[in-house]
Amino acid sequence: MKDSAIQKITEDLLPQKFGKQGKIWVAFLLVLCLVGFIAYCRQLSKGLVVTAMRDYVSWGIYISNFVFFVAISLVGSLITAVLRLTNAEWSTPLTRIAEIIAVSAITFASLIIIVDMGRPDRFYNLFIHGRLQSPIIWDVIVITTYFFISLLLLYFPLLPDLQILLRYKDKTSKGLYKMYSLLGSFWKNTPEQVKINSRAVNILSITIIPVAFSIHTVTSWLFATTYRPGWDSTNFGAYFISGAFLVGAGAVIVAMYVFRTHYDLEKYITDSHFDKMGKILVLLALLYLYFNVNEFLVPAFKMKKSEEDHLMGLFTGEFAAVFWFAICTAMIIPILILVNKKGRRPLPAFIAGLLVVVGSWFKRYLIVTPTLLHPFLPMHDVPESYKHYFPSWEEWAIAIGSLAGAMLIVTIFARIFPIIPIHETITETEQHEKE
Amino acid sequence: METTDNSRRAFIATSLLAGLALAGCSTKKNPFEPDTLDEVKPSGEMVKLLSVDGKVIEVDKAFLKPVPDLPAIPNDVARKGIAGKKFVMVIDLSRCKSLKKCQAACNHMHHIHPGQNWIKVYPMQDAEHTAPYWEPTTCMHCDEPPCVKVCPVDATFKRQDGIVLIDSDRCIGCRFCMAACPYSSRVFNWEDPGVPEDIAKQSYSCETSVPQKKGTVGKCDFCPDMARKGELPHCVSACPNGVFAFGDMLEDTVTNGSETFRFSDLIRDKAGYRLMEDLGTKPSVYYLPPVNRNFPFENHEEKEEGKHS
Repeated sequence: MKDSAIQKITEDLLPQKFGKQGKIWVAFLLVLCLVGFIAYCRQLSKGLVVTAMRDYVSWGIYISNFVFFVAISLVGSLITAVLRLTNAEWSTPLTRIAEIIAVSAITFASLIIIVDMGRPDRFYNLFIHGRLQSPIIWDVIVITTYFFISLLLLYFPLLPDLQILLRYKDKTSKGLYKMYSLLGSFWKNTPEQVKINSRAVNILSITIIPVAFSIHTVTSWLFATTYRPGWDSTNFGAYFISGAFLVGAGAVIVAMYVFRTHYDLEKYITDSHFDKMGKILVLLALLYLYFNVNEFLVPAFKMKKSEEDHLMGLFTGEFAAVFWFAICTAMIIPILILVNKKGRRPLPAFIAGLLVVVGSWFKRYLIVTPTLLHPFLPMHDVPESYKHYFPSWEEWAIAIGSLAGAMLIVTIFARIFPIIPIHETITETEQHEKE
Repeated sequence: METTDNSRRAFIATSLLAGLALAGCSTKKNPFEPDTLDEVKPSGEMVKLLSVDGKVIEVDKAFLKPVPDLPAIPNDVARKGIAGKKFVMVIDLSRCKSLKKCQAACNHMHHIHPGQNWIKVYPMQDAEHTAPYWEPTTCMHCDEPPCVKVCPVDATFKRQDGIVLIDSDRCIGCRFCMAACPYSSRVFNWEDPGVPEDIAKQSYSCETSVPQKKGTVGKCDFCPDMARKGELPHCVSACPNGVFAFGDMLEDTVTNGSETFRFSDLIRDKAGYRLMEDLGTKPSVYYLPPVNRNFPFENHEEKEEGKHS
């Protein structure tokens, strides 16, 4: 392969400074984060009373947002690990996008769970008084593990790229250069280093799969280990995992499209990538639909008294609009778009991905809240406001702020590091040319 | 206000003794000599005290130092519970007319946030053609407590005497226990519970559940502080109709204050049952069915609600 070709790939993929659009986008996200932060300060001083949560709906959009973040972070394991281990080489340009989404989502999952705590000042109690029998402790353990494995899966493949970045000293600022050398100056690309690195990535790719399954299965158990109608289900682990892969894959398609159009990466994130990701998304949407049918049709067939109010509330009652919106946007419409070859072109695939992400957010809301409004004993002897739930502005601000924060991490990461692996792209192009 | 009085008395006594102890620690030969560093001048007002060796002594009031308030029962003892006891409650539905004296007494004694209740009195009707009745609920103090299973920090725990309590100094406010409890018996302090200042200053005791704290969970505690004194929970003594009977299953005795029953006879003769037996939570609260009622069922709440809506 010619040096000029390598030069071209490298220059195409080097991180670029924010343009006007980029700056506006970052400022916009920062404002959302700031509003969320102000809302959280209010919550810290006044207590959780600033939310609309009360004794019956004791978990609200903080928890559904947490489930959403954990779900979306699973895509890191799908793209980097599952596709890597099955030798799906086409996925190489997408690995870093998937992994940074995973890292930022799991970070904000941890933050939002602290936001939900009544006594965040006692967070350390989880470590000094933690009891292994509580699913929350299982979640703390697996999420921490997943965070570190994801971070390493982001970092190790980045090492050869850091060496390239260090070579282009004139194209980076002083501060960034320092950071690159701190992170990767020890990397000399020696055969031994390459061997160790590829072994490490392989081991991590294998370990992350059970850990990824654990984080979302355990998250589903936070609900399934209780008696409540709508949560008391043996289907929950698989239901959550399939939904998680779906929303994560949707998020990757959205990110692919944004990076491709914004950084002119048409040569690297090709139409064929959208085609293949579109097919994966259809498969995942069908899988999730299957679990939804199980989750709702079976109890609806029996209509046990305890389940009836809950189910009817979803099908035709107060949550019907959100319920059918979520089913249609997260599954039915994306399936209809993406089963056609034309639907798997970048723009329609992007729209389908966006629908999946939005629908999935509301789906998580429906998993958490309606159940809590249908306790075993009727709602009684409480103030009237305890019998309903609509998130307060503080809750919206914090939830939206956390989503903005996760996107901010992805945006800033793409500003600092090559969002498409340079080294791997070059080696793969070389291999193709040899063949 | 018996408890507060008692605890205040206890508080004063411990303060005085601790004050003496502190004075005894000083290097001075005469511990009752005014401390130059403190610059305390004798007030001339003398108080009588019982010394450690059982003598009545007189000390100037100015030399007494307050010590941090300590709960009467230390946390590790409160967590273990009373040995050789298994507390049970029997709620006789045929006697309840929803006077809610139990609720008022409970709210008052535990200083619960206004609007929230640990005891709820439900108007129940199991099916369309079955008879309505009032059903007061407390914490069921389950023998297989779902709340205790899920608590990540051991803030809610099961004691050897069967009582399930909350350590509000440890609770992190995750509210998993509230999601886990099928009886909706747990409430959360979404804001400052508004406890009177002098009580809010006390250190928290698991046995009194006082003072409630912002950002933590609260619930019925079966008043183990009263049990230690050989008295009945506040709801039991507040009910004029004897709906609640409380006692020890190992003694096989329960009492509502005026009548005492053999627990096993009462449950057998009146066909006692527990709520949601199918869940396997094994509650410590038994119900007697609403037969041969003392009062007709009149739901004034419903009428009032109807007026408002």
